[in-house]
Amino acid sequence: MKTESVLEKVFASGELAVTSECGPPRGALAEKIIEKAKMLQGYVDAVNVTDNQTAMVRMSSFAACVFIKQLGMDPILQMVTRDRNRLAMQADILGAYAHGIDIMLCLSGDHPHFGDHPMAANVHDIDSVQFVQMVRDMRDKGRFQGGDEILNPPKMYIGAAANPFADPFELRVARLAKKIKAGTDFIQTQCIYNLDKFEKWMDGVRDRGLHEKVNIMAGITPMKTVGMARYMKKRVPGMDVPDELIKRMAGVPKEKQADEGIKISIEAIERLKEVEGVKGFHIMAIEWEQKVPEIVERAGLLPRPKEFS
Amino acid sequence: MITAERKPMEELIECLRPYHRILLVGCNECVTVCSAGGRKEVGILSSALQMAFMKEGKTLDVKEITLERQCDPEYVEELVTHIDQAEAVMSMACGCGVQEIAGRFKSKPVFPALNTTFMGASERQGVWVERCQGCGECVLALTGGICPIARCAKQLLNGPCGGSTNGKCEVDPDIDCAWQLIWDRLKALGLEDRYEDNIAAKDWRTGRGGGPRKIIREDLVK
Repeated sequence: MKTESVLEKVFASGELAVTSECGPPRGALAEKIIEKAKMLQGYVDAVNVTDNQTAMVRMSSFAACVFIKQLGMDPILQMVTRDRNRLAMQADILGAYAHGIDIMLCLSGDHPHFGDHPMAANVHDIDSVQFVQMVRDMRDKGRFQGGDEILNPPKMYIGAAANPFADPFELRVARLAKKIKAGTDFIQTQCIYNLDKFEKWMDGVRDRGLHEKVNIMAGITPMKTVGMARYMKKRVPGMDVPDELIKRMAGVPKEKQADEGIKISIEAIERLKEVEGVKGFHIMAIEWEQKVPEIVERAGLLPRPKEFS
Repeated sequence: MITAERKPMEELIECLRPYHRILLVGCNECVTVCSAGGRKEVGILSSALQMAFMKEGKTLDVKEITLERQCDPEYVEELVTHIDQAEAVMSMACGCGVQEIAGRFKSKPVFPALNTTFMGASERQGVWVERCQGCGECVLALTGGICPIARCAKQLLNGPCGGSTNGKCEVDPDIDCAWQLIWDRLKALGLEDRYEDNIAAKDWRTGRGGGPRKIIREDLVK
């Protein structure tokens, strides 16, 4: 084993892993993050904690991870290259690991253009592939990116994102291959609504045997309303929401749309369980964390293994 | 070329409000090509400033001069015969030219008339686009002749982010996704395999990371 992390152990056991996410509050409100995390306790193996998601200032992922860790849960430290240079990133990785946080997700992050500080400087000192490589070298070589030796190197279980729906599609398997080459242990994908396209991407992944080199978690986001479905299709870059799905959501009365959204998510999980190479599910219920237990339960992903954490 | 755009008139008028006699200095290089600060633009701005002052019941005496290159001391020296008659200088060059004049004439206030924007190329008549950020360690050999540092909004060196849609950047549908362009070009060259070479983290010391830069050519230094 490369790390002591719960996620690595779950994957090694052959069980499907389950993660979810918590967006930290837009204020110094410890109770908010604790409340959200508690809803997930016992239903997921680990909880992603976003890092200034959609380029809006929030409580730091690191600080929120510490609160979650204190609940006896396993946080996944998300970190974007947008806001920090390599010194700051490595400093936070040391700090997080010293607090017992041993899983992270390495991202480039949404562009500031989309957030509440469009006037901010973009850092992007390194990109997400180089970021993965840096964390891997910190762990496996015990070296900082600059080359110096680390005292007690952080043993992070390293995640990265993949978006099978962005363009150019033909490059998306190759992009995954680069992240694997850099040292990614697990992948969490963009929310999957176009299952056919995802399966086509997975065909390409299996053709190259990449599914044996990395643990791929399928991203699932339940839709609350048909409005949300339309918004995601039109406004969120790199999101692929098929028209049939929008029709299906629109076809049920407003008060039943949330239930329909949950049903769609559960059906997606059931279908994706059969896809060779899918090793787990990452359920991102945006500001709807209370629905995660129901989705996990109805999708047959309970009980979560207790012996690893 | 170095591209630039003229500042808003109100800002320029505000700078010059205390003065009656100025030198308005254009440059015959990049800013002439991008129609921001050549002889023609000097003439236009000169008239506009004088009219604006007249409207306020004042006069502004403008001496118009366009130098061959404002970033070169030997041309800036040509201002010597005019500088004493002027209370201030307004430069229509890029930031390099403005600073060259300020460095040469230490007791004379110098104001920029332009916002210097980027190193770029002319895409078509009246449209200029950024092409280079002067990082000091060119990667174009690795990326099919298309620069991801200058042309990707996140300066990604290892491929497109998850926001690339129909060949366009997530930041603005008018911006081409640099990595789509790179990929198309690698394919056209039969170099698709090269995409999978991971490009290592960049050493920014050759760029701004190392502080202000200088080139010393020993063979040319006298």
